[in-house]
Amino acid sequence: MKRLFVLVAAMFVVVPVAAIDTGKAFDDPELQARYEKLISEVRCLKCQNQSIKDSNVFLASDLRREIRRLISEGKTDAEIQDFLVTRYGEFALYRPRTTGKTLVLWLAPFLLVLFGGLAMYRVVRHRMALPIDDVGSKEGAPE
Amino acid sequence: MSRYVLPLVAVLTLVVFLVIGLTRGDPRALPSPYIGKPAPEFELPRLKDPSVTVGSEDFAGQVALVNVWATWCVQCRAEHQFLLDLKAQGDIPIYGINWRDTRPEALRWLQQLGDPYIASGFDVDGVVGIDWGVYGAPESFLVSADGVVLYKQLGPLSWEIWERDFVPLIASGGVAQ
Repeated sequence: MKRLFVLVAAMFVVVPVAAIDTGKAFDDPELQARYEKLISEVRCLKCQNQSIKDSNVFLASDLRREIRRLISEGKTDAEIQDFLVTRYGEFALYRPRTTGKTLVLWLAPFLLVLFGGLAMYRVVRHRMALPIDDVGSKEGAPE
Repeated sequence: MSRYVLPLVAVLTLVVFLVIGLTRGDPRALPSPYIGKPAPEFELPRLKDPSVTVGSEDFAGQVALVNVWATWCVQCRAEHQFLLDLKAQGDIPIYGINWRDTRPEALRWLQQLGDPYIASGFDVDGVVGIDWGVYGAPESFLVSADGVVLYKQLGPLSWEIWERDFVPLIASGGVAQ
């Protein structure tokens, strides 16, 4: 029983070892914070539902290395995002920038809510126009 | 009757988008942002002779195929015979970018399977791969005589793909509009 417990416990020990980029990239906490924010918002192109922060595919580690290099060269966040978009397209960024091409992405949710709201308004107004006693008799509303 | 028109139109619109989404091929395939734009310049040590470089200058002024390959890439092995056949046909120079590989393994690959490339650049740390927006080998870029990317093929090439997607572009002069 005790051995089983130890074995099961050992299974959980393995997980953190597989973690990625354990070492700190920058001594300066401000640069480190920028670096971590950037890599968490860049898509791993090889494993498309992960950020390059969460992936240990070599392409992700290559991209992290390039981003570290660009940060230490004093590039701004916008310049680094440009670097990625030039090479891989808007899709590389998890938070697409507001440009002509991506505007529809940003506006679509609001438009959907607007259309849904309009449809609901029409339905509700239509129902309100129905005779009240008709509704009452069917639903068995209390007197 | 007319009250059904709007929902019907909405559902049909949705169906059209779903059909497009389901049938447009590999959903992981990304369009290259370089199509119609100048290919990124590169210069790498040659795989076979590191003291000499290979790069954009080698194929400037001619239509060329730039093929990204690696020995760990199973699909590259599937593609290799096509590249050898294409070389034998002799219509287009083929340059290789050996991506994230080891030199002994890459050299053995070329020795065993044949070498379709005029030269392969040895991109050991993937820097040129990133510059070209490569995310999975094999990838093949058709570069025009004036250095513009005309087409990018994700995954292995075949004669069928070559005739359909590459030949018309090459026939149109290989010069971007």
